Amino acid sequence: MVLLTRKIEFAASHLYHNPDFSAEENRRVFGKCNNPHGHGHNYTLEVTVAGVPDPVTGMVLDLKDLKEILEREVMQRMDHRFLNYEVPELAGQIPTCENIARVIWQLLDPQIKQGKLHRVRLYETPDLFADCYRNGSAGADAR
Amino acid sequence: MSSNAQNGTVRTELGRRYHFSASHRLHNLALSEEQNCRIYGKCNNPFGHGHNYVVEVLVSGKIDPATGMIANLADLDRFVEREILDPFDHKSLNEDVAAFEAVVPTTENLCIEIFRRLKTFPNAKLERVRVQETSNNSFEYAGDNPQGFER
Repeated sequence: MVLLTRKIEFAASHLYHNPDFSAEENRRVFGKCNNPHGHGHNYTLEVTVAGVPDPVTGMVLDLKDLKEILEREVMQRMDHRFLNYEVPELAGQIPTCENIARVIWQLLDPQIKQGKLHRVRLYETPDLFADCYRNGSAGADAR
Repeated sequence: MSSNAQNGTVRTELGRRYHFSASHRLHNLALSEEQNCRIYGKCNNPFGHGHNYVVEVLVSGKIDPATGMIANLADLDRFVEREILDPFDHKSLNEDVAAFEAVVPTTENLCIEIFRRLKTFPNAKLERVRVQETSNNSFEYAGDNPQGFER
């Protein structure tokens, strides 16, 4: 089994606000991230696919195909967007790094037909990231 | 708020990096001067030397649908500040940290000590700790979590 990782970057804005909370509670729980006009990040996404290299091509999957999937599913949806208002998959969720990473996993998983999606790592800043894995996949079968 | 994120097919971890600078000296009192010098080389310099350490902390848990978070970063930051950054930053690991009085402060041992201190974080499960000593050296510890390194 070989792990292959492709990285892309996108820029987007968001804000954290739960309509079920009072204004004071929103400020207390979400701090600066509750600014009503939002703020933005340069997100870095690392997508790792696990598979056995094809004996003919030597590839786990064709990087061109992965690039196209990432362009279509992630870049066109999220790049230079306001995540709260413009990404339907995030509607009704707080667009934290954890939730965005999960949405990206759910978007990519059915699209990857060669090899298997192994990990989605989304950096919101160089010091903050979320990782997603297939539940129960960790262990010998994942490597 | 929606609980879509709670569906059970995906497992999510939150990763946070912290930075501190500290000095250390690799020296084992049970070994001779010659042995220390041979094993630890430059790191055995009696006056010590320092590094800019990077600590990567990974925690897991359910994403709270009300906040979208595994753990509130402000809580994690405060906890790491108290347990790691306050006691280690701009300190001598050998002289200022009791755990290294009798234990050589290699980054392997530092990693284990940091894991021990952080595993009591009450709001999420500590999965593993990765400590980068320089941009070329890093160490990971997952305690007795059998899946900790399988990710």
